[in-house]
Amino acid sequence: MARTKVPAIEGWMSTPPLDELPEDDGTGIPGVKLVGTKCVDSGTYFFPPERVMSRVPGHSGSELVEVELSTRGTLWSYTDAQYQPPTPFVAPTDPYEPYCLAAVELAEEKMVVLGQVIPGVTVDDLQVGMAMELVLGTLNVDDEHEYMIWKWRPAADGTGAQS
Amino acid sequence: MTVEQVAVLGVGMHPWGKWGRNFVEYGVAAARDALADAGIDWRDVGFVAGADTMRNGYPGYVAGATFAQALGWTGIPVTSTYGACASGAMALDAARQRILSGMCDVALVVGADTTPKGFLAPNKGERGDDPDWLRFRLLGMTNPAYFAMWARRRIDLYGATTDDFAQVKIKNAAHGLENPYARYRKAVSTEDVAKSPTVSSPLRLLDICATSDGGAAVVLTSMDYARKHLASSAGSADPLVRVSAISTVTPTFPNTILEMPNFATDSAAGLPVPERGFKQAIGDAAYAQAGLGPDDVDVAEVYDLSTALELDWYEDLGFCGPGEAEKLLRDGVTTLGGRLPVNLSGGLACFGEAVPAQALAQVCELTWQLRGTARGAQADKATVGITANQGLFGHGSSVILTK
Repeated sequence: MARTKVPAIEGWMSTPPLDELPEDDGTGIPGVKLVGTKCVDSGTYFFPPERVMSRVPGHSGSELVEVELSTRGTLWSYTDAQYQPPTPFVAPTDPYEPYCLAAVELAEEKMVVLGQVIPGVTVDDLQVGMAMELVLGTLNVDDEHEYMIWKWRPAADGTGAQS
Repeated sequence: MTVEQVAVLGVGMHPWGKWGRNFVEYGVAAARDALADAGIDWRDVGFVAGADTMRNGYPGYVAGATFAQALGWTGIPVTSTYGACASGAMALDAARQRILSGMCDVALVVGADTTPKGFLAPNKGERGDDPDWLRFRLLGMTNPAYFAMWARRRIDLYGATTDDFAQVKIKNAAHGLENPYARYRKAVSTEDVAKSPTVSSPLRLLDICATSDGGAAVVLTSMDYARKHLASSAGSADPLVRVSAISTVTPTFPNTILEMPNFATDSAAGLPVPERGFKQAIGDAAYAQAGLGPDDVDVAEVYDLSTALELDWYEDLGFCGPGEAEKLLRDGVTTLGGRLPVNLSGGLACFGEAVPAQALAQVCELTWQLRGTARGAQADKATVGITANQGLFGHGSSVILTK
């Protein structure tokens, strides 16, 4: 029985309808965007989305609007997880397979956003400054659900410019 | 703006290790040692500040009361502070405020922890609005993964090598060889580091600090009280060491360096980035309180959660310019016998981290360094020492001791 795809967290990503998506073959599914908020007065972005008030000092009264963040950026730093992280992390595979983590700098938002890197990429494939793009991938599965999360991968065309 | 000094009349520690006993036991042992070192009876203490532990149930959340009760209730006020790795500095600051406001003459500050094996993990339960829980759930972002991100930046920005990182471990291991409070007292070679497994690239197991059990305590008093006490008793606090600064600053928006446990940095799209980053501001605030600068420092205890992070601190505390830390290390400046020895205790490399005790352990070590009574590696004629440390969720911690 096919598992139902569900977002691993509500309100942080916009995706095409999940039940219409193809299976994640490990390379990631394009079309996902991170959802943030923007302090209208100062032009500052927040991710995860700040929904209570602007955290920019002096702009506490500013309206916060929901925005989709850039889906491309440049690699600020990276590492990998050679050992399985502790609960509540749930490994997608058994036995555990190490994966990379990336911190990607978004030019427009002037912020660095973390994410897992798609499986199969090792630290030898990564270099600070390289172009990365956002995709949707599998975080883990249980009997009924496939939990979907944003992931970074080296940009197909090698450019980190805004899409 | 300089701040009035208070005296460090006594310090004490329980050895670090993986003892598996109740944290209160370590805290009480450290407190009794600190009181004995000061030559002060527990009944003369006017205030207790406890640094909390999050991993030992309710007694850990009310550490001030827990230690006061264990030492025997005397009716005095207590406080309990939590600022992750910076908890000890916050407790110390609370004690200093009591003394400087004239509300008490003698304050006892205690921190102790019992830690589980392996990665520090978040508290249990489904807590979808807690970033510390979510970073594990959604990313598997452990503490060493953050350390590794920062280490990678040094490699990329400054041409640091993994051998540079290994040299930090080798130095600290050598410093800690004779320290009776250190958990690991074993020389480490380049090969040892290279042979240890990679945890989070570029960091290997021996680049990353362990988690430990331990306890540390400090007796602070007003300067007047200390002078009278030393004139009339046989406390060991001679020469008298003073607290000249305690910095517990937080970041200024926008903080553009990735901090634990966050998913992203602040955005700099709206406001200009502060000229001095968060970690630099930690030391800046301490220097300002003390009316001193980096050139005045003789000895330092900095938070080597990873070997690479120790190098970051050299720059953040102004011991050298950006990108120059590796040279400072290679030149032997920060090794025993150098101009500015760092982590003569052996650092976290030899201790492992006992979160609420660690900032106080740094103060204990510097007190011994300034007195000239360290039982392990001893600096030559140190008169100014600085600690640096940072707790997740934006807690700075830096203490300057002088004599």
